[in-house]
Amino acid sequence: MGKWKRRAFISAGILAGGAVIVGVAIRPGNRASKVKNIIGNDEDAVFNVWLKISPDNTVTAIIPHAEMGQGVHTSLAMMLAEELDADWSLVKFEEAPAHKQYANYTLIDGFIIGEKKIPSLLQGTLDGAFLALTKKMDFQITGGSASVRFTGVKGMQLAGAATKSMLKEAAAKEWNVNVDEIKTEKSILSHPGTNRSAKYAEFAHAAAKLSMPGKPKLKAITEYTLMGTSPSRFDLPVKVDGSAKYGIDAAPPGLKYATVKASPVFGAKLKTADTSVAEGMQGVQKIVVLENAVAVIADGYWQAKQALAKINIEFESTENDQINQKSIFDTYGSILDEVAEGKNRKKDYKSGDIETAYSNANKLIEAEYKVPYLAHATMEPMNCTIWFREGKCDVWTGSQNPLGFRGAVAETLKINDDQVFIHNQFLGGGFGRRAENDVSIQAAMIAKDVNYPVKLIWSREEDIRQDVYREATISRFKAALDINGMPTAYSNQYLIKHHPAEASQIPYEINNKSVYYADGKTHIPWGNWRSVDHTVHGFTTESFIDELAHASGKDGYEFRQSLLQNNPAYLKVLDLAAEKANWNSELPKNWGRGIALQKSFGTIVAEVAEVEIIDNEIKVHRVVCAADPGFAVHPDGFIAQIESGVIYGLTAALYGEINIENGAVVQSNFHDYQILRMSETPKIETYIINSGTAIGGGGEPGTPPIAPAVANAIFNAIGVRVRELPLKKADLKQKEVIG
Amino acid sequence: MISIKINGQIKELDVDPSTPLLWVVRENIELTGSKFGCGLGLCGACTMHMDGVPIRSCITPIAAVGDKEITTIEGIGNLNDGLHPVQQAWIDEQVPQCGYCQSGQIMTAIALLKSNASPSDEEIDKAMNGNICRCGTYGRIKKGIKKASELAIINNLKISENG
Repeated sequence: MGKWKRRAFISAGILAGGAVIVGVAIRPGNRASKVKNIIGNDEDAVFNVWLKISPDNTVTAIIPHAEMGQGVHTSLAMMLAEELDADWSLVKFEEAPAHKQYANYTLIDGFIIGEKKIPSLLQGTLDGAFLALTKKMDFQITGGSASVRFTGVKGMQLAGAATKSMLKEAAAKEWNVNVDEIKTEKSILSHPGTNRSAKYAEFAHAAAKLSMPGKPKLKAITEYTLMGTSPSRFDLPVKVDGSAKYGIDAAPPGLKYATVKASPVFGAKLKTADTSVAEGMQGVQKIVVLENAVAVIADGYWQAKQALAKINIEFESTENDQINQKSIFDTYGSILDEVAEGKNRKKDYKSGDIETAYSNANKLIEAEYKVPYLAHATMEPMNCTIWFREGKCDVWTGSQNPLGFRGAVAETLKINDDQVFIHNQFLGGGFGRRAENDVSIQAAMIAKDVNYPVKLIWSREEDIRQDVYREATISRFKAALDINGMPTAYSNQYLIKHHPAEASQIPYEINNKSVYYADGKTHIPWGNWRSVDHTVHGFTTESFIDELAHASGKDGYEFRQSLLQNNPAYLKVLDLAAEKANWNSELPKNWGRGIALQKSFGTIVAEVAEVEIIDNEIKVHRVVCAADPGFAVHPDGFIAQIESGVIYGLTAALYGEINIENGAVVQSNFHDYQILRMSETPKIETYIINSGTAIGGGGEPGTPPIAPAVANAIFNAIGVRVRELPLKKADLKQKEVIG
Repeated sequence: MISIKINGQIKELDVDPSTPLLWVVRENIELTGSKFGCGLGLCGACTMHMDGVPIRSCITPIAAVGDKEITTIEGIGNLNDGLHPVQQAWIDEQVPQCGYCQSGQIMTAIALLKSNASPSDEEIDKAMNGNICRCGTYGRIKKGIKKASELAIINNLKISENG
């Protein structure tokens, strides 16, 4: 293994040799032989970890990402098929097994280096380092809207192009013709001059023996025939007849069911559990007492749930028992008071001389914004099936990070990684939640002393109360306007920075900026929530910019335009959204439009929301989105993701709120953690700009702009500025007369 | 022993009469197309038909079924034997994302189209409001229902459990 790593490391360097691109799939002597036994039959020629060509001329794309609704299996296969000139009707996919060969280091590349250009000389070295790093971290993550923009571009397209080049070379050799005269189309190689043709499969074995080209030529966008179209998604047929298997549907022989109650106060330990009644209940197999939870294993989920309800559980009291939502925000307020005095702060970014700008200001604007904790509430409650026997363990679950789960389960059971077999299933929603390994660890703890398979299913209540949450936080803004109403200084002081690092940045040209943050530690566990820190900063910064527009007597759209004159990519997206939304057209009384703009995960998105205030209720009628993802590989799928991001963000904006009382989460199910329903869903229109820049993500970028777009629309409708989410708490009625 | 008629077949089951239909169908009858979402009848992921009427199987005790006929997503149509027009419309309009709620959405949609062959937007909203989709596919669900309605009218079909 050590030798192989070194070879990969060195060969990557040689291959790169000044090239701008290097991918996992194009190293000579690379993983092909290692993974052959895992994914291929003897007669399949495995070119590399990303694709195989079978004797029947089908091409199988091996895709290292989980399908959680984003259509990744289809769009990644398209990227490979495009460069390979494969016949789309003969293209299939397989999800890669949780094996270290698939450690997804292109993702690390994208996140650590960001979108900066890597100096070509360093390319090989850096990728080698990333490979080592990700192997250590057991990365095979689906998240960060990364599938298409990193795996797709750096893996699938290169692999397709490299393989095509090898096939052509093999055919040229056999036919004794110039390789440049070989044509490829629909998985057929041909040489028109001598009237010969052959299926890819006929040259697959010969091609696999050739060394891979170091710098395969990728197509120009104008040459695409498949990318940029919207073929029917691979994963949909099984999702309409009930045959798609999710983690919760796993059914190994002899299966028993478990459910669990963990300490409502995060981190508290179990004190006592009176299991006497539950032990005698019908169908109960075993009661498992863990450090911070009690679980019942029974013949069925219902029996387990009934028995669990009969166990009298007491948890240890902790210092966190006194913590409630108000005390958290009070503490945060005090921390920000200190930050204002220059204490305990960390610099986020800074430019110019802010103090001078403030002292020269014509007008100063200050505002405080607040957002609550949010749960993920995936439709499929958390679950994991574990079968641990004879020193090995099979795991059935839907995971955004199967390699990470594998390591965590192995560690829990004190066995080697290679004795854990993850059977990754469809994900009934991910949104970041299914990247966390807590449930698989808990399931392993529960099932470790029995020899039959156990399916742990969390109740919805457990799912809401034992989540990892989007941060609750406060942002304090201050800005200076000059005599013309243009901003000359901007500052933001907020709590808690996770990632992406640039989430708090604004695209607007303001000469003097100062952004600081502070840590705010609580016992509430944090987790990635669709678009992560962008959900916080999208709302706060885009609402505050709107405040500045109105303070200077300008329209929110025109104000943004004037600050984006040197930022044409943003301006184009903003203009398109405004144009399609008929920004300047009249609206009835108590109606308003709001606009917001945020770039996240490589895609710029502007949204215009059109709302009506009826009594104290907010009705969102229409949302117009303009998005520049560089290039939309599967436009219909991209649009579906933007629509999804808008609805997910709108649910959070209008209703989303997890409150802490006595150290624990108050909400428990869909009656008090309300989800947007069909009748509340606006008409959503999405317009794509294919600007040709690096491909951006689709899963997350639709979410950040919707909350500020709606809040800005409320202001334009009735003159009320809402500075705290969720919007349902805002008192809109009493001020209606002002508007 | 409890006996129920499901998707045209009689099943004899040794289960506690208070067990919700959902768990009996998923665990004892081993049809996993109907999903668990909330356990309180709030989300619609578990929707089945009882004598053609949509019910929340997560809060319907098996004892309450009696001799009424249960239909699940598996009884509607499938890829091998032919899809129901609503299922086909779901593919045509590329409705599902994660797909977890879609069995319940489709069962509710079929019940709507059975009683109203050409529903308005408002009628669709009203019928579908009990079904949550966390991926936010509502707009496409609405298109799917209209597509199925058109297909049925063009082909002079009446929407039923059997297509």
